[in-house]
Amino acid sequence: MAELAPNKAPETAIRGARFLLWLEAWKSFKKNKLAVVGLIIVLIFVFLAVFAPVITPEGINEQKLAERLQPPSSEHWLGTDDFGRDILSRIIHGARISLWVGFVSVIGSIVVGCFLGILAGYYGRWVDTLISRFFDIMLAFPSMLLAIAIVAVLGPSLRNALIAIAIINVPNFGRLIRSKVLSIKQEEYITAAKAIGMRDRRILFHHILPNSMAPIIVQGTLAIATAIIEAAALGFLGLGAEPPTPEWGKMLADSKDYLVQAPWTMFFPGIAIMLTVLGFNLMGDGLRDALDPRMKN
Amino acid sequence: MFSYTIRRLLMLIPVLFGMTFIVFFMIRAIPGDPAQVILGQLATEEAINNLRAELGLDQPWFTQYFEYLKQLLTLDLGESLRTRTAVSEEIWPYMAATFELSFVALLIAVVVGVNAGIISAWFQKSWFDYTAMVVALVGVSMPIFWLGLMEQWIFSVQLDWLPPSKRENVKNPVETITHFYLIDSLIQGRMDQFVDVVKHLIMPGIALATIPMAIIARITRSSMLEVLRSDYIRTARAKGQKMFWVVYKHSLKNAVIPVLTVIGLQTGLLLGGAILTETIFSWPGIGRYIYNAIEYRDYPVIQSGILIVATIFVLINLIVDLLYAFIDPRIKYN
Repeated sequence: MAELAPNKAPETAIRGARFLLWLEAWKSFKKNKLAVVGLIIVLIFVFLAVFAPVITPEGINEQKLAERLQPPSSEHWLGTDDFGRDILSRIIHGARISLWVGFVSVIGSIVVGCFLGILAGYYGRWVDTLISRFFDIMLAFPSMLLAIAIVAVLGPSLRNALIAIAIINVPNFGRLIRSKVLSIKQEEYITAAKAIGMRDRRILFHHILPNSMAPIIVQGTLAIATAIIEAAALGFLGLGAEPPTPEWGKMLADSKDYLVQAPWTMFFPGIAIMLTVLGFNLMGDGLRDALDPRMKN
Repeated sequence: MFSYTIRRLLMLIPVLFGMTFIVFFMIRAIPGDPAQVILGQLATEEAINNLRAELGLDQPWFTQYFEYLKQLLTLDLGESLRTRTAVSEEIWPYMAATFELSFVALLIAVVVGVNAGIISAWFQKSWFDYTAMVVALVGVSMPIFWLGLMEQWIFSVQLDWLPPSKRENVKNPVETITHFYLIDSLIQGRMDQFVDVVKHLIMPGIALATIPMAIIARITRSSMLEVLRSDYIRTARAKGQKMFWVVYKHSLKNAVIPVLTVIGLQTGLLLGGAILTETIFSWPGIGRYIYNAIEYRDYPVIQSGILIVATIFVLINLIVDLLYAFIDPRIKYN
């Protein structure tokens, strides 16, 4: 067993080097003021989402018809909607839904996209042709339209909206990973790994995937922003969350009829969507600069 | 260049095939019995069987797929289940409405975006630069359906300057010839109607233009910054050429390539975003056409509508690709 011990050393060294790289990235991220603002916005919304049941002044469905369509006041900070429900409470609960859809759909796209992208990039030949053409075809549809089509087929609901958003983002991640795999495949350490007889699966998951993480994280953060807008858009069109779910897009759709009477029903859900999306966009831009300087233009 | 064009056209064939395949299978992917889903719970057995036969669901899928392809090749896009009119017949007015709106939006996006980007780059780190870039940053994150509602609230409800929705004044309708109302009203010399149509275009145009405008401004700024630092621009400035000429004659030409890419990519966003914008502003475009079809489960219309929009998107990207070589002679395709 004694001769196995030295093998541990490079493994630890690699882990240490990786840690240093992430530390370096964090330092450079911290210097970017806009990125930090983005991170703070995101953290605030994550906090609201996690503690929604504890911090909201009222339940999401407490209807007080006597207090319907009231303007912002000390009692209802952001006013009430057409059922007399407290808008602030609904927006805080809405953060749960939007962030949930954003995170879950993007993780779904990343898992499927990575799988297909790695297959295409690593095995090449007909596998690559097949998968790449499939991506081309999916990207030939405007993404919002494809999402609407998928929901039209599956039936309108929040779950199906999430699935649709996950599907339309798959080719973006797939292509990204494929190109990463193609370039990493040429590196000497992969040739070395092959030469010592390492199996494909180990090379893919222990060497190629960890080395493709940076662009996935960047793209993933930016994709959450898009996913949140897309989910809200589907909700707005009546193809996502169903009433009485306090989904931001759905809340905006309901506010359409009260534009003259109660414009505040429209202001705040929109601001919530914009702020969250802005937060993820700023954070994503910052991460890109920190993790992958070559992607910077 | 010629061989590249041919190759690019040939590459289009599998993509178009794939698109028809996906669109064809849409209806078959409906969970449960599609005919039952379309007609609802109360439909009679006979009606369901009839619809199944009409949609070809009672036959093996490959027979139906080839039948579908044959139809498409003769430009037969099927028949709407709701209006019982051929899709190819009724779709044009909707397409014209979307084209008109997208064109105006793209025009706003390019004119404002490119100029804002140029001014920001020229006066780098000035207040204009900072303001423009913050606006662009917020613009990219803007849900356009919210922006549309805000516009309606400000310009229609509060200020009463612009009509809140629709394409024309319904009491003074434009007599249609081409279905492009700007052109139609001009041909007929009806300036009152032309002004009216322009007024109706402003709000949805701006809503649809916002995101592409923000992206174009950011890209123009960064590519201009690069170009402005190059030697030949310094020479031009040293020669004492006016700023206007330096920017528009020398630098813009070189900064236009990345902008062109963005425009190509944004067309998809415009066409997709059109559904949202058209919903808010009751704009009778193709997005609205598809959306209404979804409400009525009018699948032939959904299929054809999506196929048409996707085809347009693919073609625009092809044109953009080919345009590169014309604009920048340094780009050579082998």
